[in-house]
Amino acid sequence: MTEFTPIASSIGGLLIGLSAAMMLVLKGRIAGISGIIGGLPTAPAEERPWRVAFMAGLLGGGFLMFVLTPAQFGVQAPVGTAALVVAGLFVGVGTRIGSGCTSGHGVCGLSRLSPRSMVATALFMSFAAMTVFVIRHVL
Amino acid sequence: MQVLAAFIAGLVFAVGLAIGGMTDPNKVVSFLDIFGNWDPSLAFVMGGAILLYAPVYHYIVKKTRPLLHHTFHLPTSKDIDARLIAGGMLFGVGWGMGGFCPGPAIVSTATLRGDVLTFVGSMFAGMFAVYLYDRFRTTARESS
Repeated sequence: MTEFTPIASSIGGLLIGLSAAMMLVLKGRIAGISGIIGGLPTAPAEERPWRVAFMAGLLGGGFLMFVLTPAQFGVQAPVGTAALVVAGLFVGVGTRIGSGCTSGHGVCGLSRLSPRSMVATALFMSFAAMTVFVIRHVL
Repeated sequence: MQVLAAFIAGLVFAVGLAIGGMTDPNKVVSFLDIFGNWDPSLAFVMGGAILLYAPVYHYIVKKTRPLLHHTFHLPTSKDIDARLIAGGMLFGVGWGMGGFCPGPAIVSTATLRGDVLTFVGSMFAGMFAVYLYDRFRTTARESS
């Protein structure tokens, strides 16, 4: 069990919404992480610098927060190395063939009332919950 | 300007993920553990983000064009196809296993922790595999 943090989580959510709103208002883009990064190899050359800059911002923000509040990053993933390799492959393949992840479908897509994003979000949420159920309560 | 804006947006996104608790894989798994000791905190992350983004989207997109770009690039696909469904399910299983989705995983590489680097390396390999598969399919279709 982890601590219930509705206020911190709401503030974090508002910041994510602010970032996504910046991308929309300034660039006209969906702030979907898997799309911004996964689209790098196929994007036209002039579309690459902003994608790399966004990713650099993610890394910079990560370093900043890790220095300020390392506890926010937890201690260790709940599963071992082999499971992490499989999990990474599933997330990488799944977000690319499904055209989005928690940010692109979950935040931006649901806000846009996109039927595709509603289906994708319902699926990844329910399959993630079922996976955790199996790992924590069945195995 | 566009590059600076994207960098700042990425920075704000990362700070939001970390403050919100998305960068702690055990908190993510506790959020997904609805039949166990459920921690619903992360629903507030998604709620807060949508609360701010939805009105901006519905107000802005109808009115104008982006400030630093000539046009909007918004998804136009409407099909609920096999790729979307399979992708959503596969992503869900991977997210539940490791407690990482793409954004928090990349932000967490700042920790240089072995578990994060393993996951991120594998995630990039998966993304690249889809790129190669799609390119192969396109080439095969064009040549036939």
